[in-house]
Amino acid sequence: MKPRHKRFALIGAGLATLAVAAGLVLAAFQKNLVFFFTPTQIANKEAPQGRSFRIGGLVEGGSVKRQQDGVTVRFIVTDTAKSVPVEFRGSLPDLFREGRGVVAQGKLGADGTFRADEVLAKHDEKYMPPEAKAAVDQAQKAAKTVIQ
Amino acid sequence: MTTRDSDTYYSGNASPSAAKHRIHWFHYASPQTFYPLAGRLIPWFAALAVLLGAAGMYVGFLVAPTDAQQGDAYRIIFLHVPAAWMSMFLYVVMAFWAGVGLVFNTRLSAMLATAIAPTGAMFTFLALWTGSLWGKPTWGTWWVWDARLTSELILLFLYFGFMALQAAIDDPRRADRAGAVLALVGVINVPIIYFSVIWWNTLHQGASISMKSAPTMAMTMLLGMLLMALCFWMYSIATILARVRCILLERERHTDWCMTELRGTP
Repeated sequence: MKPRHKRFALIGAGLATLAVAAGLVLAAFQKNLVFFFTPTQIANKEAPQGRSFRIGGLVEGGSVKRQQDGVTVRFIVTDTAKSVPVEFRGSLPDLFREGRGVVAQGKLGADGTFRADEVLAKHDEKYMPPEAKAAVDQAQKAAKTVIQ
Repeated sequence: MTTRDSDTYYSGNASPSAAKHRIHWFHYASPQTFYPLAGRLIPWFAALAVLLGAAGMYVGFLVAPTDAQQGDAYRIIFLHVPAAWMSMFLYVVMAFWAGVGLVFNTRLSAMLATAIAPTGAMFTFLALWTGSLWGKPTWGTWWVWDARLTSELILLFLYFGFMALQAAIDDPRRADRAGAVLALVGVINVPIIYFSVIWWNTLHQGASISMKSAPTMAMTMLLGMLLMALCFWMYSIATILARVRCILLERERHTDWCMTELRGTP
C-alpha cells in the first residue's frame, strides 16, 4: 500500500464515519428541525403545548373573514384531513390567498383557536404564465366534473 | 531549484516506476504547463460568460412571461437559483480538489481549492441575498430559520472558515492540509441543503428542476434560468483560473519559470 492509497482510504473512512454521524444527529433532531406542524399533528397533540410554534397548511377556500375592527383576520388552516381556525391581527403578505399555502407562528388557545403573531405565505415551486394557469385550472375543473 | 516534475511537493520522492506510468493529464497538473494554458483559456470563458449573461438577462427579463401567482417578483429566480446551484456545486468541486491535494500531494489541486473558495462564498452570499429580497414580497419575511435557509447560511460560514483557516497558517502546505480537512468535513452539508426541502417541513418551496420529473416551470422561464446558470459557470471558471494563476505566481515565485514569466520574455 502506497502512502497515497493509505491517505485515500483514511479520508474515505473518515468521510463515511462523518456521514453516518451526521445522519444519526439529524435523525435525533428530526423533531426539532420541524419548521411547522400540520393540523393533523396538532389534532394528535404532537405540537408543543403552551409555547409558541408554527402551523402550516392551506388556507381553506371561503374561510377568510375580516373582523369588524378591520385589523383582525380569521381563517382556517387545513391539510385536507384536519383543520385549525387561526386568528391574526396585522397585515397579510401579498401571496396570502385562499387555497394557497400558509405558515403562521403563534400559540394554540384553550378554545382550539390558533392565535398567530406572524403569518407567512408559502408558495409552490410551479411557475407559469397566467394564461397557462387559467388553462390548468379549467382542466382541473373539467376533470372534477367528470369524476362527479 | 528544479522546474521539471513539479506536480508533487516532493518531486525527488517520486519513484521511477511512478514516473513511467504517469498519466498524460498529469502533464497539465504541472504549474509550468498549467499557467500559460489557463491564461489562454480565461478570455474565452469570460467572453462566454458575458454573452450567456446577456442572453439570460434578455430572456429572463424581457421574454419570459410574468408568473400567475407571484407576478414579476419571481424574476429574481434568474439570479437566485443559478447562484444557489453554483454555491453548492463549487463547494463540492473545492472539496474534491482539496481531497485530491491531500491524497496525491499535488500542489496545483490545493491551489485550485484555495482559488475556488472566494467565488463559492460570493455565490452563497448572492443566493442568500437574492433569496432574502425574494422572500419579503412573497413569503412576507426577509429571513426564517427553516432548514433550507439555515443550511445555506452554514455553507457561507464553511467557505469563510476555509478561507480564514488557510489565511491563518503561514506555511502554505500546512494551510492546504488543514483547509482540505475542513472542506471535506463540510461537504456533508451539501446534500443536507439540497434535500432539506424534502426531508423537513420548510417555508422554502421544493425544487422546480429535478432528475426525476419534468420541470414545473414554463419553457422560456426555464431557458432564462439555464442560460444564467451557464453564465455563472463560465464566470466561475474564468475568475477561478485567474485567481489560481495569481496564487501560482505567488507560491512559485522562486522557480525559474516564474522568474522568466515575471521578467517577461527573456
